[in-house]
Amino acid sequence: MAGPRHISVSEASRPVLPRHTKLKFDETRQVWVILAPERVLAPDEIAVEVLQLCDGLRSVGEIADQLAAKYTADRATILADVIGMLQDLADKAFLTEARERTS
Amino acid sequence: MTDSNDGLAVLESRGSTAETYGIPLAVLAELTHRCPLSCPYCSNPLELERASGELTTAEWKKILTELAEIGVLQIHFSGGEPTARKDLVELVQHASDAGLYTNLITSAVLLTRDRLRDLADAGLCHVQISFQGSEPAIADRVGGLKDAHRKKIEVAKWTRELELPLTVNAVMHRQNLHQLSDIIQMAVDLDADRLEVANVQYYGWALKNRAALMPSFAQLEDTDRIVEEARTRLKGTLTIDYVVPDYYALRPKKCMGGWGRQFFNISPTGKILPCHAAETITGMEFESVRSNHSIAWIWQNSAALNRYRGTSWMKEPCKSCDLREIDFGGCRCQAFALTGDAANTDPACALSPMHEPIFRQAEHEAADHQDRFLYRNFAGGTPETGDHGA
Repeated sequence: MAGPRHISVSEASRPVLPRHTKLKFDETRQVWVILAPERVLAPDEIAVEVLQLCDGLRSVGEIADQLAAKYTADRATILADVIGMLQDLADKAFLTEARERTS
Repeated sequence: MTDSNDGLAVLESRGSTAETYGIPLAVLAELTHRCPLSCPYCSNPLELERASGELTTAEWKKILTELAEIGVLQIHFSGGEPTARKDLVELVQHASDAGLYTNLITSAVLLTRDRLRDLADAGLCHVQISFQGSEPAIADRVGGLKDAHRKKIEVAKWTRELELPLTVNAVMHRQNLHQLSDIIQMAVDLDADRLEVANVQYYGWALKNRAALMPSFAQLEDTDRIVEEARTRLKGTLTIDYVVPDYYALRPKKCMGGWGRQFFNISPTGKILPCHAAETITGMEFESVRSNHSIAWIWQNSAALNRYRGTSWMKEPCKSCDLREIDFGGCRCQAFALTGDAANTDPACALSPMHEPIFRQAEHEAADHQDRFLYRNFAGGTPETGDHGA
C-alpha cells in the first residue's frame, strides 16, 4: 500500500501529498492548484504554504512552530487550523502520512 | 487563518472559467475506437473510426504539448481501449514531460504487469479500470469477452502493487444493479481510492440497447440507498462518485457543465468535441486538429462548439425558464436522440412535453425483461445469442 488510508491528523503526524496528488503553480491562470484524480482544487495562500511544508519529514507540530514564528501568531490557534485543513484533505484522500522510518 | 474549507474550492466552479469559455482544466483523449470488449452501452459513436484514420504518435505528441501550453492541467487517456495503441507508454511519457497530470481510463484486459510498470515509470498518475459486474458470469457476458473479469481483478491488484491510485468504474443497468453492494465491497477489497457508480446514459449504443438495460424505478431507489449507506460507512476509505440515471429524474443534468463550457475531448481522428457522444448528433461539423487551426482557436471559434453555448439557441420551455442557466436545458445529445432536435429541451426534464411518454416507455421496457444485448463492434452491432438470445 502507498500509505495508510483514513489517516487521523495530529501534532505528531508527518503528512505528505500522495503520488496521485500534485501541488502545482498553474502559469496560465496564475494560481496554485492541487491536481488529483478527476479533481482540480484551488487552495488559498495559507493552504499552499502549509502544503509546501508537508514533505513527510516535518511533523504537523513543527509546521505550526514555523508558521507561529513567521506570523508571530498564537501557536495553539495555528495548530488547530493546520490540523483542520489537513484533516479535510486527508478525508478526501488528498493527503497521506510518511511511512515509519527505520533509521 | 480562514476557515479550512475556504481554500479548497473546486476550481471548476469558479465563474471566470464558464463566463469566458476559458481553456478546460481537463481533456479526454480518445486514442482509438478499437477495443477487445463490446459492451452494449459503449459511449463511442455508432460509426466507429478505423485504425487507419487514427492520429499518429507524432500528431498526438504535438497535441499534448499544445494542450499543456494553453493551460490544460489533466489529460485522460481513453478510447475505445487506449492500451490498444502501441505508443501509449511514449504518449504518457510525453504528457508527463509536458507537465500534464495523466490518467488512464482502461478496460485493463490487454495490460501485462511489465507494461503497467512501464506506464508507471513514464509518470502515469492514476488508473481507472472499468468493471461490468462483481463476478465473471454477468461481467464477461456484458463485455462479450471470456475471462475478462478475472483479468481485470489481476490488473487492479498490480495497479496497487505498483502504488498507483485506482478508480473502479462500474457502469450500472438493470442486469447488474443487484450486484452493486458486491461491487462496492470488491472496490474496497481491491484497495481502490475511488469508485464511480455510473448509471448508463442512453445515447448511441446504449440507446439501441435501452430495452435490455433500463432499470426499474424500484431498482434506482435501492441504488440511492445503497450508495448513501456506503458513502457514510466508507468515508476516508473509498470515495464514491454516483452518476444518477436521468430518465427517472424531474430535472435534467447539467450535461458536461454545459455544452462547450468546461470540457472537450479529442476523437481518434482529431476532432474537438464538446463531449464523447456529440457525434451522435448528425449534421454537425466538428473541427479537427488536422485543420490549420490551433486547439485554442477551435475551442473559442468553432461553429459546432458555439452552436449550443449560452442560452440564445434555446426554444421553449427552456427559453423563458428560470433554470436555463442552471442546467442549460440538459443534454443536447439526449435531446437529439429522443426528439430529433438537439435544441429541444432534454426530455429528462419534467417541463419537456416528451417527458411523460418517455418516462412511461422506460418503465415498460424495464418491466418487459427483453434482456438480449446488441454488442458494439465495427460491423454495426451483433445480437447476443445463447440463453439470453431470441
